[in-house]
Order: sequence, then C-alpha cells, then structure tokens
Amino acid sequence: MSERRFVTTDGNEATSMIAHLCNEVMAIYPITPSSGMGELTDAWAAAGRKNLFGAVPHVVEMQSEAGAAGAVHGSLQAGALTSTFTASQGLLLMIPNMFKIAGELTSTVFHVSARSIATHALSIFGDHGDVMACRSTGWAMLAGGSVQETHDMAMIAYASTLEARVPFIHFFDGFRTSHEVNKVEQLGDDDVRAMIDMKLVQAHRARALNPDAPKLRGTAQNPDVFFQAREACNSFYDKVPAIVQKQMDKFAKLVGRQYHLFDYVGAADADRVIVIMASGGGVVEEAVEKMLADGEKVGLVHVRLYRPFVGDALLAALPKSVKTIAVLDRTKEPGAQGEPLYQDVVTALAEGWASRAGNASMPRVIGGRYGLSSKEFTPAMARGVFDEMKKASPRKHFTVGIRDDVTNLSIDYDPAYSTEGDDVTRAVFFGLGSDGTVGANHNSVRIVGENTPLYAQGYFVYDSKKAGSVTVSHLRFSPRPIKGSYLVSKANFVACHQSVFVEKLDMLSLAEEGATFLLNSTFGPDEVWDSLPIETQEQIIKKKLRLYVVDAYQVARDAQMGVRINTVMQTCFFKLAKVLPVEEAVAQIKNTIQKTYGKKGGETVVARNFAAVDGAIAALHEVKVPDKVTSKYHLNAGAQGNPPEFVAKVLGTIIANRGDELPVSAMPVDGTFPTATTQYEKRSIALDIPIWDSSLCIQCGLCSLVCPHAAIRMKVYEPEHAKKAPEGFQSVDAKGKEFAGLMARIQVAPDDCTGCGVCVETCPAKSREVAKRKAINMEPKLPHLERERTNYDYFLSIPDMDRAKVKGDTIKGSQLLRPLFEYSGACAGCGETAYVKLLTQFFGDRMLIANATGCSSIYGGNLPTTPYAVNAQGQGPSWSNSLFEDAGEFGFGFRLAIDQQIKYAAVLLARLEGQLGGELVAELLNNPGETDEQIAEQRRLVAALKAKLAKIDSDDARNLIASADFLIRRSVWSFGGDGFAYDIGYGGLDHVFACGRDVNILVLDTEVYSNTGGQASKATPRGAVAKFAAGGKPSRKKDLGMMAMAYGNVFVGQISLGANPLHAIKTIRAAESYRGTSLLIAYAHCIGQGINMTTALTLQKEAVACGYWPLFHYDPRDEQEPFHLDSKEPQGDYKAFADQQARFAMLTRSNPQEAERLAGLAQQDIAHRWKFYTGLAAASRAEGSSGEGK
Amino acid sequence: MNLDLRTKYLGLELASPLVVSACPLTQKLDSLKALEAAGAAAAVLPSLFEEQIEHDEAEMTKAREFGTESFAEALTYFPEQEDYRSGPDDYLDYIGEAKKAVSIPIVASLNGTSKGGWVRYARLMQDAGADALELNVYFIATDLEMTGAEVEKRYLDLVAAVKQSVSIPLAVKVGPYFSSMGNMAKRLVASGADGLVLFNRFLQPDIDLDAMELHPKLELSTSSELLKPLRWIAILHGRVAASLALTSGIHQASDLAKALLAGADVGMVASAFYREGVGHARTILDGLSAWMAENEYDSVEQLKGSMSQENCPDPAAFERGNYMKALVSFTGKAI
Repeated sequence: MSERRFVTTDGNEATSMIAHLCNEVMAIYPITPSSGMGELTDAWAAAGRKNLFGAVPHVVEMQSEAGAAGAVHGSLQAGALTSTFTASQGLLLMIPNMFKIAGELTSTVFHVSARSIATHALSIFGDHGDVMACRSTGWAMLAGGSVQETHDMAMIAYASTLEARVPFIHFFDGFRTSHEVNKVEQLGDDDVRAMIDMKLVQAHRARALNPDAPKLRGTAQNPDVFFQAREACNSFYDKVPAIVQKQMDKFAKLVGRQYHLFDYVGAADADRVIVIMASGGGVVEEAVEKMLADGEKVGLVHVRLYRPFVGDALLAALPKSVKTIAVLDRTKEPGAQGEPLYQDVVTALAEGWASRAGNASMPRVIGGRYGLSSKEFTPAMARGVFDEMKKASPRKHFTVGIRDDVTNLSIDYDPAYSTEGDDVTRAVFFGLGSDGTVGANHNSVRIVGENTPLYAQGYFVYDSKKAGSVTVSHLRFSPRPIKGSYLVSKANFVACHQSVFVEKLDMLSLAEEGATFLLNSTFGPDEVWDSLPIETQEQIIKKKLRLYVVDAYQVARDAQMGVRINTVMQTCFFKLAKVLPVEEAVAQIKNTIQKTYGKKGGETVVARNFAAVDGAIAALHEVKVPDKVTSKYHLNAGAQGNPPEFVAKVLGTIIANRGDELPVSAMPVDGTFPTATTQYEKRSIALDIPIWDSSLCIQCGLCSLVCPHAAIRMKVYEPEHAKKAPEGFQSVDAKGKEFAGLMARIQVAPDDCTGCGVCVETCPAKSREVAKRKAINMEPKLPHLERERTNYDYFLSIPDMDRAKVKGDTIKGSQLLRPLFEYSGACAGCGETAYVKLLTQFFGDRMLIANATGCSSIYGGNLPTTPYAVNAQGQGPSWSNSLFEDAGEFGFGFRLAIDQQIKYAAVLLARLEGQLGGELVAELLNNPGETDEQIAEQRRLVAALKAKLAKIDSDDARNLIASADFLIRRSVWSFGGDGFAYDIGYGGLDHVFACGRDVNILVLDTEVYSNTGGQASKATPRGAVAKFAAGGKPSRKKDLGMMAMAYGNVFVGQISLGANPLHAIKTIRAAESYRGTSLLIAYAHCIGQGINMTTALTLQKEAVACGYWPLFHYDPRDEQEPFHLDSKEPQGDYKAFADQQARFAMLTRSNPQEAERLAGLAQQDIAHRWKFYTGLAAASRAEGSSGEGK
Repeated sequence: MNLDLRTKYLGLELASPLVVSACPLTQKLDSLKALEAAGAAAAVLPSLFEEQIEHDEAEMTKAREFGTESFAEALTYFPEQEDYRSGPDDYLDYIGEAKKAVSIPIVASLNGTSKGGWVRYARLMQDAGADALELNVYFIATDLEMTGAEVEKRYLDLVAAVKQSVSIPLAVKVGPYFSSMGNMAKRLVASGADGLVLFNRFLQPDIDLDAMELHPKLELSTSSELLKPLRWIAILHGRVAASLALTSGIHQASDLAKALLAGADVGMVASAFYREGVGHARTILDGLSAWMAENEYDSVEQLKGSMSQENCPDPAAFERGNYMKALVSFTGKAI
C-alpha cells in the first residue's frame, strides 16, 4: 500500500499513477506524447500492480484510436471503469465515440497530453488544438498546469465523473507537462480510496448492460423526440461545476492543496489580469509575482474547469478592480472572432458583469495566441502581455512569442526580462542521443528531488533527426516549488558533452555572467582554449565564465563504457554545481546506477558505470582563461554549400538553431517546401567513414545499394572526367563489357555518412593478403575529411549515366541511377531507407508519394531539411503526408486525379488535334511509358506539345498546358510502416486493393511501431517482446501478403534487400510496371528490434534462410503461374536467428519457459507457412490467375 | 564376487570412479537423470563463462539502450520489465534444480576472466548448492610480453582467491602446456586446489575456407587422447596432496581402468556419451568390473595408482624413455 510521498516524475507518469488505480480496463493506441501513459500502465499491469479494487487492470492495445474509443465505449457499457490516453489526431479519431459516451451520461476520464493537430504541417508538440476540437462532444474538461496539478486533477476528474455521470477530458500540455520531470507529492492509495466513492462505482456498474436486467441504449430517434431527448441531460451538466468544486474541496481537506474552478493569483486590486489555462499559468504566475514585488497591480486567473464553463465562477475569481483582461489561448481557430477561451470569457463578462459589478464599466478584453506547438512561453512574454494591456489602445487580438510581420499581430516583449532567482541552479546540457546525457540528467533530477529539500525540474529537448540527434537538457534546482515551465535561458551552468558541438552550436548564449562552462574534450586544460571558436572565446571572456574540461571519452573508454560518457559528465556536474556535497552525489549516482542496471544489465554494466564515476573527478580540470580571443575560426552554423535563397535564409536559420527568430513572412503560407534540401545540412556526425580501396573493388554496387543515407555512391564516366579530377580522386577502369572504355569510382559523402558500417559489412570483396581488409573499410574520418569533401563535390559534378543505357534490373545498374532520396535523418543503419532510396533511383523522376505518418514521414519530411531530391533536370519525387491511417486512400486519390487529368488531356488533345498535328497527338497518347527510354521520349513529346500550345491562343490550349505533364507516366506510391498497413490503415488499404487502381504500396515492415517507440503491431512476430507485448507476443504475425493476394488482382511481393537484393530489385520493378494495385512488403530491420544495426543485413539473410521471412511474389499478369515462392526451403535454426535480437532474447531472460514455448510455436509457424505457400505455389501453377491483371 | 567401485574425489564419497565431464548433457535434467541411472557417480555442469555473461549483459544493455533518449517520439523501444533475469541467474537456478533431480554430487564449473568474477561466481555457485567447484582455467597468453612466470602467477593467484571465498572443495582444470607441469600442479595444490582435472581440451579456432572467417571448433575426443593425461596422472599420483581426475580420452572400460591404474581418483567422460548414448556409462562400469574381476582386484582403491610412476615397474617409461620406446616400435629399430 503506497503512502503519500515526494517523487520525481513527469506528467505522463503522474497521470498514469492515478489512472492505474482508478480503472479496470484501459484500451489504448500509441500516439506521441501520450504513449508513455499507456506504456506505463501496461508495464505495471504486466508486473501485477493492482488497481484500487484489488485486481490488476487490463490494458489492451487497439488498432487505432477509433478502435480504442470503441473498446472503451463497450467496456463502459458493460460496467467496467475504463479509460484511455491519447492526443492530437488520436483524440480526433475518438470524437464520434465521445459524443456517444457523453450522450449516454457515462462516467469515464480520458487523459490527454494536449498536442497540436496537423494542419499545414504535423507537429508532435503541445497546444490545445486537440482538446478544443472536442468542445462540442459534451465532455467536461479539467486542465492540469504542472506535473503536480496534473496528478491532482486526474484524481479530481475521477471523483467528479463518477458523481456527475458526465465524462471528463483530463488534459495537460503535451511535452511541456507530459515530459517535464518535477518533484511532486504522490497521493497515497488511501487518498485515492478516500476520493472514490464505491457507491458511485456500484451505480456505474448497475447502469451496465445486463441480460438479467435487460435494457437498450443507442436507439435511433426521429424529429419528434430527438431534440427533447437531447435536452434531457441538461440537469446533469448543470450540476457538474458544483460537483467538481466539492471534490476539489474534499481533496484539499485530505491532501492540503486547494483548487477552484478558477484560481486567482495576484493583487487584490489588480487592474490587469491574464486568463490562461494549463502550463502557461505557472509562467504567468512567475511574472505576476515579480511584477507585484515591483509594485504593479496585476494578476492572473488559472482556468481549471474549462467545460462546463462557469462564467459566474470566473467573475467571482476576478478582482472587481480589473480594467483589462487578456485571455491567452494556446490554440488557433482561423476565421473565428477569437479563440475559444477568449470567447468564453467575453461571453461570461457580457452575461454576468453587470449583475456582479453593477455600473462599473466592463473590463476591456483582449485575446492572444501563444505557445502553439510548444513554442516557448516565458515570463518575459507574459510581461509583454501585461505591458500591452497597459496601453491606451491595446491590440484586441494578438500573438505573443513570435514576430508576425505579415498581419502584424504579434506584440513586443523584452526577452531579457527574467524572473529567475539567484538561489536557483539553472543548468543546460548539450549531448548526443547516443551518449546517455538525457538519462543521466533524468537521474540527477531524481537524485536532487528525492534526496534534498530542493525542488527539481528537468525538461529535455530533442532535435528532429534520429541519427546523431542533439539533445538539450534544461535542469532547475530551487529551494521553492518551480512553477514556470519554460526553457532555461540564463544558465549558471552550461555543459557541452560532445566536443563536436563546439564548432556548430552557440551554447554560451544561454550562459549568464559568471556561469560555469564544462566541456568534454580530448584537449587537455592547456590546449582546449585554442580549440574553441571566436564566438565561444568571446563569450567566455565577456561573461567571465569559469571553464572546466574533462576528457570523458577517455574515462569512459577506460571503464569499457564506449561512447556512454553520461555518468562521467554527471559526476563532474555535481562536483562543480555544488547542489549537494559531491560525496553524497557520487553515492546517489551509484545508487541510481545500481537501481537501473543491477537487475537488467547485471553486475558488469554496474561495475563499468561505477568505474566511470570514480574516474571522473580526477580527470576534471579548470582551464585558465586567457584575457583575449586567440581563435582563428568562427562558429559554423546554418546551411552549407551554395543553397538557394530560401534555404539559406529560412532553413539555414533553423539549422543554426535560431528558428525561433524567423518571422511569419519567412514561412510558406500553405506548408509547401522545396525538396532536395538535406544537401545543405552537413551534419558530419560519423567518427569513421568507409574508405575505398580501388585495388580490391569488384564494382558490384552492393555498398551503394544498401547505404541507408545515399552516402556512398558509384558512378561510371568518360575518362575525361578522371583526367580533370582533383588530386587523390582515383578512378579505375569500369568493369563489364557495356562499360568498355569508361572509368568508375566508389565515393563516400564524408559529411553525410552516419558511420553505420552497413556498406563495409556488405562488401563482398576481400583482400587475398589481409583477409580482414575489404574494398571499403571503416577508417577514422578526420584524416580523410578534406580530401573526400573535395572528391565528393567533384564526383557530384560528373554527369550521371544516361538512364536509357543502364540495365536498371541489375544490382550494379540500379546503383548507376541517381538516388533522389539522400542524407535523411533516419537512424544510422536504418533498414527502411535503402528501399525508399532504391525506388527513387528507378522511378524518382516521376513519383508521387503519399506517406503515412511514421518513421518514413519523419525522416522524409521533418524540418529543417528534407531528403527527397531532384535530378539534373530538376525532376524528383513530389511528397506529401496526410495522416497515419489513410496513406492508402491518399495515394489512391493521387491516382484518381492523375487518371482524370490524363482523360481530360486526351479530350483536349482530340479537340486541338487539328492545330497540333495528328502525329504528335497519336504519339503522345500511344506511348506505353514502360521503359526509361519511352518515358524520356514522352518528356520530349510533352515539351514539344507545350511549345506548340504556347503559340495557340485558346482556353483549350491554356488548359492543356496545365494538364500536359500528366501525360508523362506517374508512379504513384503509398509508403508506410507496419503500424499503418497492418493496423490503423488496413481498412483503407483493403479498399484500395479492392479497387485495383494503379497504386503501389510500400510497407516498410519493422514488425513494430518504430516511430512511437516500439509498440506491438499485428506485424510483430510471435515471441517478440514489445510494448503492449511485454510477455512476448502470443499470436503469430498477420499475413498481409496473403490477404492482399486473396483479391486475385493485386500484385504482391515480399522482399528483403539484405537477403536477396536482386529479387528485391526485380520485384520492385515488376510491381511498379503492373497497372493495377501493388503491395510490396519489405523486411526493414530497426533499432526497435534490438539488433546490431551494422550486421543487420546478414540477419536478413538468416531470416530468409530459416524461413522466418519467405520471399515471394504474386503477379496477376502471369496467368500460368501467378504465385512464385522465391526463397529456398527453410534451413537452419529459427532460434539461432531469434537469439541475436533483443526483442526475442529479452523474453528468455524475463520468462524462459514462455520464451521456449513461443519459440517452438514460431518454428511451427515457419513450417506451416512454408507448407501453405508451397501448396499455394503448386495450386497456382495448376490453376493460374483469374486473369484480372491483364 | 562383490567389487567395491567406490572412490573418493575432492573429499566426496562417490559410488564409482565414473564422473560426467562438463558438457551439455549435464545441462539438461533428463540426461542428467539418465546418466545417474546408468551409474555416473557425479556430474560436472558445463562451465559458466564469465566472459559470456559480461558480453551478454553488455550487449543486452546496449541493445535496450540503443537509439533511446534521442528522438522525442521514441524515448525507449522496449517495455520496462521488472522481473528480469540476467547474468548467471539461470545457471545458479539450474544447480538447485539439478540437486533436486539427482542424488549424485553436482560439481559446478566456472570459467572466469577476472579475479573478481571468479570469486563472485564461485561464491554464488556454492550458495546455489553445488557440492564442489571446478575452475576451468583457459588462458591464452597472446601478449608476447607476458612471461610464463606471469601466466603461472595468474593461475595461482586465482586459485588462492577462489579458495579463500568458498568452503566447498575446489578442483582446477588446466591444460598441459606448462614448462613444468609437475611443479605447476604442486603449486596449484599449494594455492588451494583440492583436486586437479587433467587436461582441459581447448576450443581451437578453425578457418572457414569459403567465408574466410574463423570458427571455433571442438571435436569429440578419441581414446588416443588418453595418453597425455595418463602420463601426468601417473607422474603426479602420490606426489601431490590432491584428488586427480583424468579427463579426455576415456571411451571404454579399459580407458577408465588405465586412468585408475595411473592414479586417477575418477575418470571423466563426455565424448563417449555423445557417440554411444548416456547408457554407455553402465557399459564402461560393467566392463571395469569385469576387468577387475578377471584381474582379481577387489576395489577401485586397490587399483588406483598401481601403475603410477612411483609404483610401476618401469618409471622411466613415463619420462623420455617412453618417447624412445614409441619411436622404436614405429620404426622397428632403435635410432
């Protein structure tokens, strides 16, 4: 039985603690930033943690949020206390059921980590767009503004919904609260029990469907009674506010924290008041406190219960002295007269001011937007709002936190204004995702929060790349509760955990005067100064910073910790920051290490971490700071190369981490961006890169084929290019008859390579003299960097081979085609991107891509730069992301539009035939567009057509010019992962199969939800451990290919680039050439599988060899034998394949007997599937296809 | 006639001199029970490899942590698991299960790499119920600066450290490649070894000609491998205060008889069980009994060491003379 105690936790966990106790069923679907809540409750359930009623709640993952909402609805109707966790589009998918649940007066709480809704762009970050979209559902809405409040409001929501019978949305700000770590008082089980009235629980159960007392709900009603019936619930809504206040009062009596529907903070005689909801409230409160101390009459109202909105309670909370009210909304409602909270406040005043304040004139109300998509909202901005309110004519509608130079809505504020106390430790840490910085800082917050009287706050910022991602940790330690949820901008401690950042990031702009700067560097205390750029040296001198250096790399290496320098840096932080005595800190760090790894990692990992901690302080040195700048180089931030203006000015600013400074005018109005921009973002994250040994190379092209980042390439070219090449640019005679007289080269892109090593692992050419040496070898980058940079630039300047002369259906040939997908931010060694890149090599110049949300949309379309590229003619894939669930239909829509445009063009061609000439029209309409040559010819014909049309002055001619490009064959693709194809998007995909139009679907099957962090999908194999399958997935993987084949007219291919690249190439090309629907299921290894990414392609070979991943294709055009099983009969041990992957191996450690049982069943699955497939192949040979594919 | 097959090994009273050597057969309860039923008097479990545990723990941690806390949407990739087994848990549990399943003594075997690891795991094995410990020392001095004396010191320090940390008997299994095997054996015993297991058959790397890669290779032993340990058992018998176990090359009753005659307290068998099945234990013991009866031995104790270097009629044969003799028999004349 847990007691009330202080814990350091985040908003998601603080919510889950209550939800787990108060529910019997939780039906969920993962979506950022709410996924953590479902995952925690699932993990607790798996560990047998019980709810308030003494049973372990059941947590079930559904196929979509719509499915989750349906399951919740059903579970509620059948009498269980049921909940879910969601955000953003997920919440939108629940809306239909939410109307029903509210209409049926059903007690439940949905926990929402509020997140932006995708509009002009997707954003995973926080604002109230999603919850605001639910205003009409009839749900009560209760907001938590901090981690503590979120915990408390979750409790109050449960207590209230049971009494009120009105369902509650309990929401808090995504990321800012869901992911902020803070010290909170956790309610004890007895507190929760005291808040839950079991009689109301019993009443909830009594309302359930029960054949022993039959009833019916969900009737269809007609105009005669629907209206009246809809009004019948009013009295329940009327009672909600009083019930919530009653529960708040009960909570206060029990726990000591008193809340009201609206809480006022500030001067009793305030003339200016801000009304705000959720985490922004704490920020405004900090500003108010400081302004009060400065003698200003200001205040704020925290909105707790947003729906039902109780105007009277708001008015009661407002001081009568108020002259101006600013209502701040964290959402945008284009076209509305004001945002929702603003409108509610205005209405409340209009309806109630007179009765409350008599003749006193009604306060002026202005409304502002702030903080969309977790845009920083600071006390300085709040101060700016108060200053605006002071003006004689403040803006009625404004924005704060951005610079709107288009509609000029933004107000000014002084960014230097600060409310931070001198006694607060404010630390910022720059790390790499892979170095463990965030984890160590999480632990530091816990150590301080749980072992000292200090309050602690941690918030972590990640960049948009998955490989070489930069993390920035913002930590505060204060003697007082930390209310303000905003980033540290005046740090008294700045740590740079990776010396590569020194050249690129302006870290010290966050340092206040006299701050400490801790740098991890291989340079010693006497050398490190000269390694710093001019701007850094300037700031160190000007701000009188104390500079410390530690070679954490060496300490970590000595401790066999590899690149995990986290505990070294953490120890140095505690040594320098003096938040608590260093001996005590070290003891606590070790205690945390023991807790973290003692069981899971074992003594080995613990001992290594201890060694790193012990070695840290001795390696820490203070650097004597010279009094003048000696550096010769500048910070190298922003876009590189010769970018176009937009890239340089806009994307370059984002690259330089100064995106917040961009004004509205800089941004595209409709979310449209240029492609081919990753080339201007040189991240240079690899430590080792592949270096070519031309003497050993057999020019097979495999290295280029498998490179996930298009960072190693092959070209064949005329000898003249070799002659003109820079020194060190070696060319060799091209191998193969078709390339006689030409030269060839393999070239690395040294700044774009992630150092994953997949190319070297794949290279088949070994030295005869030194067996370990291959035709490419990983070598330290620095000695090669300058030369390979020059070489790569020259390499790119050499013209690509004429596509018509390349045999694209060979491995080598495919790699002579220019990739139109390059340098994405995908994980190093990603198993998906090589497929995407290969497709762009074949079809990129005429491709439209409908991308489901997921990894492929993130590495495909996340700012600042995007990887889809263009060829020398400026042609390349045109890409868009609609939703997670509809990439099938979205791509299908592309096809409908294209086909319709072709039809229209044909009509116009016919009409204009007389002027254009019959021959041209016939050629245009009859070109089959099957080969690169035919497509090139069609491009020439379209150009000729446009030239002729330009001279014709008619509407038909002008209309045809607009549609003429569609005459060039388009290659329509839907991309998505298994979460899309097997789960949330399956319904739509199935309809696309059934329609049979020319849409190609690429399923990048990682067998788990990769982008949201490893949740099980229906593609997850039996026995694999994943989130929501902690005990190993009990059922076998869905056979998507077979389901599609059942239609008879769908081309289906199952491929594995690692196992059989030629098969993959041929199957991809065959799929695309098919004029009906094609489905390609591609084995995509992933870090979510817990594998060695460098050797992952070898693992793919084993997957196919042991029958885990049979290769096949089904081609409806082949009437004699549509189904071909393309891999050999399974040989070898499935278990040996599985044991190399943490997803399977974890179960052998958590539950060995179950692991063995599931592995046995998985082996049987292989045998059964093989038997089924061979039978199918035989039947296919005998019967042929339906012929629908012809 | 009632033959007494009992013997004493590491202070343990054994019903016969046939002990199952460390091999996968002792890792499964079914085969372990079958071996006991067939007369095996004790069983050595397969070695717990410290290196493997370390590697496994480090790799699993790496796999769990790889890519975590890098990207806002996927801060982890695997579920939190509270009940998680790592390192030696399975091995230690198995010791307890084996003890319950059979009544013969169970000898746990350990192959360590660090002194800390040896000591820690040895203690854990003792706590898990092992009747004795066998240290399987396998050290390849690839550092060309390391002297033989340094290598020997490593062995001795290790044995001393483990001995200090456990109270159950301790056997040490080593290879034959010491400049002075006899002296080394003596010093191992002085450092705390209660028994010597001669000899370790090292796993040797082999070259895969197709893949041009190295693969570890271990082949089943043959009777011809008996002779090397036989010689050293014979030399050491009566001269070191420790139990002696002969391992490598015992495939039939005559091999076991030879081992005992040379001075072994027990003979250890593994390969023969793979070739002939676990029931072969009974065949060997029956054969031993028959041979003893035929040669009028009453007990194994009587047999032990009667052909040791001290007791045999031709002590020089265990020295260089043996070499000459072999050459003569091969060429047919003295060189």
